[in-house]
Amino acid sequence: MAGAELTTPGFGGGLRDVLRSRYLLRLLVAKELKVRYRGSVLGLLWSYVKPGVQFVVFWFALGIFLGMNRNTENYPIYLFSGIVLINYFNEALGNAARSIVGNGGLIKKIYLPRELFPIASVWVSAVHFVPQLLVLLVACFIGGWSPGFVQIAAAVVGFTIVTLLAVGLGLFFGAANVYFRDSENFVDMLLMIATWASPVLYSWVMVRDGLFDAFGAGTAQVLHTIYQTNPLTIAVELFHFAFWMPTTSSPRTDPLLVVPPNLLDVWTPIGLGIALVVILAGQFTFRRLEGRFAQEL
Amino acid sequence: MAIAVDVQSISKQFVLRHTRSIKEAFVWIVKGRKGDLAQKFHALNGVSLQVEQGEAVALLGLNGSGKSTLLKHISGVMLPDSGTVQTRGRVAGLIEVGAGFHPDLSGRDNVYLNGAILGMTEDQINERFESILDFSEIGQFIDTEVKFYSSGMYLRLAFSVAIHTDPEIFLIDEILAVGDEPFQKKCLAKIKELGAAGKTLVVVSHDLDLVSRVCKRGVLLEHGQVVMDGDVADVVARLRS
Repeated sequence: MAGAELTTPGFGGGLRDVLRSRYLLRLLVAKELKVRYRGSVLGLLWSYVKPGVQFVVFWFALGIFLGMNRNTENYPIYLFSGIVLINYFNEALGNAARSIVGNGGLIKKIYLPRELFPIASVWVSAVHFVPQLLVLLVACFIGGWSPGFVQIAAAVVGFTIVTLLAVGLGLFFGAANVYFRDSENFVDMLLMIATWASPVLYSWVMVRDGLFDAFGAGTAQVLHTIYQTNPLTIAVELFHFAFWMPTTSSPRTDPLLVVPPNLLDVWTPIGLGIALVVILAGQFTFRRLEGRFAQEL
Repeated sequence: MAIAVDVQSISKQFVLRHTRSIKEAFVWIVKGRKGDLAQKFHALNGVSLQVEQGEAVALLGLNGSGKSTLLKHISGVMLPDSGTVQTRGRVAGLIEVGAGFHPDLSGRDNVYLNGAILGMTEDQINERFESILDFSEIGQFIDTEVKFYSSGMYLRLAFSVAIHTDPEIFLIDEILAVGDEPFQKKCLAKIKELGAAGKTLVVVSHDLDLVSRVCKRGVLLEHGQVVMDGDVADVVARLRS
């Protein structure tokens, strides 16, 4: 007590404080997981059932009706490896954007690092991601998957990009949501776009060719570069590279066109860089706005 | 004695916002920012307060005089528009009992969750768990979900967690009215014990008799300004007059 210095309350160290409150973070995540499935018979099984049904729907509609099965080898694995990542992003960002307002009762009364709430939301989504990943791995092994070091690393980097992105955007929209509840609706819209703005359901070659046919070579080149710069596109392609590509072998799959050229040496650093900028911007905005959370909530 | 809480001429304006959507704000801007989008009022206006370590101070005043707002500034939940707040050592607030409780979790889970929210480490909670349980008199119901608790049980458990956080500075907002009379007496004894142990107490309460028993010094707030600072008996007398 005697040695303590006078400090100013209410000025946290941002994300560094979250590292210091790991125990609280763990409890918040455990609480969220417990509360989410209270009174439900299937419990955590829901995180298998929901993506399972979603997968079947897409597989029928796109694989069979629209013919993706014919021109993409192992389309189910292609589809599922993208879906699990986008699902993770959707759930993480959707919940993170609502986390500050949702925990308003607490934020108004007790000072604690408020970054904990968006991060706990992302963590909970990561827990839900694990069962989906297991299902994906089973499918991959059936398809003859034998990963090397590069594949595993690509999957880790893809996951990291999405996590950084979800935390960064979650901080930004979570804080903005305190002032304008429009923010969470905007996020819902963004998430709807995200599923279609990355090569989850279709392949990147179709984007390239489609843009070429519609706009001509010059404009298509620009648009395709923009499309490629989307960090979600990069992360999804990294997952394709890690999980789907090793299962493709037949001559009808052109190895040069499986994933976009320069994925690992150019696009991956770009994706990581953008994700880092997003998380820094998110943290910056959050800290600018958090001073008035207590009175605005 | 060193100063535990140092509040230097802080002011806080609240915006009574009438609009909550981008649309309304946009319309307002397009119309040339006519009229005020929001009304403002001063919740705190140039408040200064120094509390020594080990002192027990009562913040008194009528409803809306800024007592709770001042407490929220000391705990760091709110930041002042101008002026500075500084504190020495860990601050814990019994600002609203059970704020971090979740109805669907068991009493035990809530003790851990709320303890961590109030800044205790895992080891500290483990170590004090028995004591928390004893003090709350919850007994066998500790593993029941708290939504099935009576309001008295709920408050007793929440208060018990809060009182075991062992901070250097204790902020108490209108929580002494919890529980039945025996429990109230127990809480009061505990709070006095904290004071005797050299903890700094800042208390907000409308129960003037109780406040005069716990605190020596009283600070009277009126419309966000300190109008009197002195012996608690004098301040209570003025408030009652």
